Amino acid sequence: MKVALSHIAHTRSGDKGDTSNIGVIALKPEYYATILREVTPARVKTFFGEMVKGKVERFELPNLGAINLLLHEALGGGGTVSLRSDAQGKTYGAALLRMEIEID
Amino acid sequence: MIRIANGQGFWGDWLEAPVRLVDQGPIDFLVLDYLAEVTMSILQKQKQDDPALGYARDFPPLIGRLAKKLRERNIKVVANAGGVNPTACAHAVLKAAPELRVAVVRGDDVLDRIDDFLARGYEMRDMDTGRPLSTVRDRILSANAYIGAFPLAEALGAGADVVIAGRSTDTALTLAPMVHKFAWKPDDWNKLAAGTIAGHIIECGAQCSGGNCQVDWQSLPHMADVGYPIVEAEPDGSFVVTKHAGTGGRIHSDTVKEQLLYELGDPTNYITPDCVADFTTIRLQDLAPDRVGITGIRGGPRPETLKLSISYADGWKAIGTLVYSWPQAVEKARAADRIVRDRLKSLGLTFDEIYTELFGLDACLGAVAPANPDPPEIQLRIGVRGPDRKAVDRFTRELIPLVLNGPPGATGFGEGRPAVREIVAYWPALIPRSEIQTRVEVIS
Repeated sequence: MKVALSHIAHTRSGDKGDTSNIGVIALKPEYYATILREVTPARVKTFFGEMVKGKVERFELPNLGAINLLLHEALGGGGTVSLRSDAQGKTYGAALLRMEIEID
Repeated sequence: MIRIANGQGFWGDWLEAPVRLVDQGPIDFLVLDYLAEVTMSILQKQKQDDPALGYARDFPPLIGRLAKKLRERNIKVVANAGGVNPTACAHAVLKAAPELRVAVVRGDDVLDRIDDFLARGYEMRDMDTGRPLSTVRDRILSANAYIGAFPLAEALGAGADVVIAGRSTDTALTLAPMVHKFAWKPDDWNKLAAGTIAGHIIECGAQCSGGNCQVDWQSLPHMADVGYPIVEAEPDGSFVVTKHAGTGGRIHSDTVKEQLLYELGDPTNYITPDCVADFTTIRLQDLAPDRVGITGIRGGPRPETLKLSISYADGWKAIGTLVYSWPQAVEKARAADRIVRDRLKSLGLTFDEIYTELFGLDACLGAVAPANPDPPEIQLRIGVRGPDRKAVDRFTRELIPLVLNGPPGATGFGEGRPAVREIVAYWPALIPRSEIQTRVEVIS
């Protein structure tokens, strides 16, 4: 069954220069395996399309039931250089919650 | 056990938060984080205009307001309010609160040593782009080394009621009281990592106690009276995150996890001047309502380099807006954007970037935004940046005329033409630790 990621996860996002980070946290421990399987760097990169010009990296924090995604070259130069409203990527976490995933 | 509270997540955070932390329950240390990446350059400009400025000006009146209670309750304050002028900050604090003992930590400011560093072969390459610092040498506005918890702890050890630092790390403010009270050693890596992660959890103030929390956000109680976070730290490095009883918001594993992931890179390699912390070792448990316990944290040796926070002038920018109303608001805004770009082109003006957003359609979510085919209104937002201030200034004249000479239904121009701002960009670099000598000075 296909659902939005928001059914099984919550997120928080921020910035480091021109890189946006999105923490994706399982709403219940049993959802973590699904997040690992579905929220891959390749799919995240495709989902955001032209918004992310660089690579997507993923780090696992099984102790928190969470992954940390780094979206490189994603903030129009970042910090004070960026002309975007959301120069800090504060909304990227909420945006990712719209991604469709397959659940059992 | 000691209680360490954070009452300021950035300069501009809620003014009442530190006052309430002192008034609404017991704390031993009040830490206040005032510095973001480019704050130092703003302060450097203020100091150039007036040598008695260059620090967080909210801080002295706050300490004046709290002084009597800080003394009565034996609460010590640790803050990076000193900016580029910690001594002037200390004198302003003493003027507002003469009864307090104030210490400053100096040695982070390396602006006048940059040429010496370059001459001795330190390239100070931008950690993101790899460019050497020499390429922007004549445009540097400020340069500071991030310093860790030990000099701050030394200042507490000297009997200071208020410790004022310049560019200390955010996490060092929380770690320093633990190093001081528990006599942690510079190679107690696991304990230093635990205190560092405690600092990371509370450094953004209420962002770990319900602020910006997605989980059940509508059920978070009394956010108007949100409680700022408190760490109850133990000598073995374990700690509890909590807030004063009766305050609003929530401390829960959900709110704490969100903050743990905030602005994180590689979780196994969280580098500070004090240690390298491993976020994958955190054991987190909901102990009771508004009490989250954290144990098990491990860390490794501190790096041999310190990070420099350098800021430099990188051109000019301006961002202007107009609102287009229904019907066809999106089409009108897009037509107006094309007209502006055509007019800039015919004026022969060039920019490094012209960036357009349609607010209310997809400004934040971009390609990911849900469909919104016929919105009642759209804000057109056009930004430009480039090295030529005059070109940017000319752009600011091109939006308001559209109200009369462009597509129908434009409004929202009441604020007049937008301001031209200098871009102060951030340049992170590394320098050997041995180059940075801190010193503590008690001023009373």
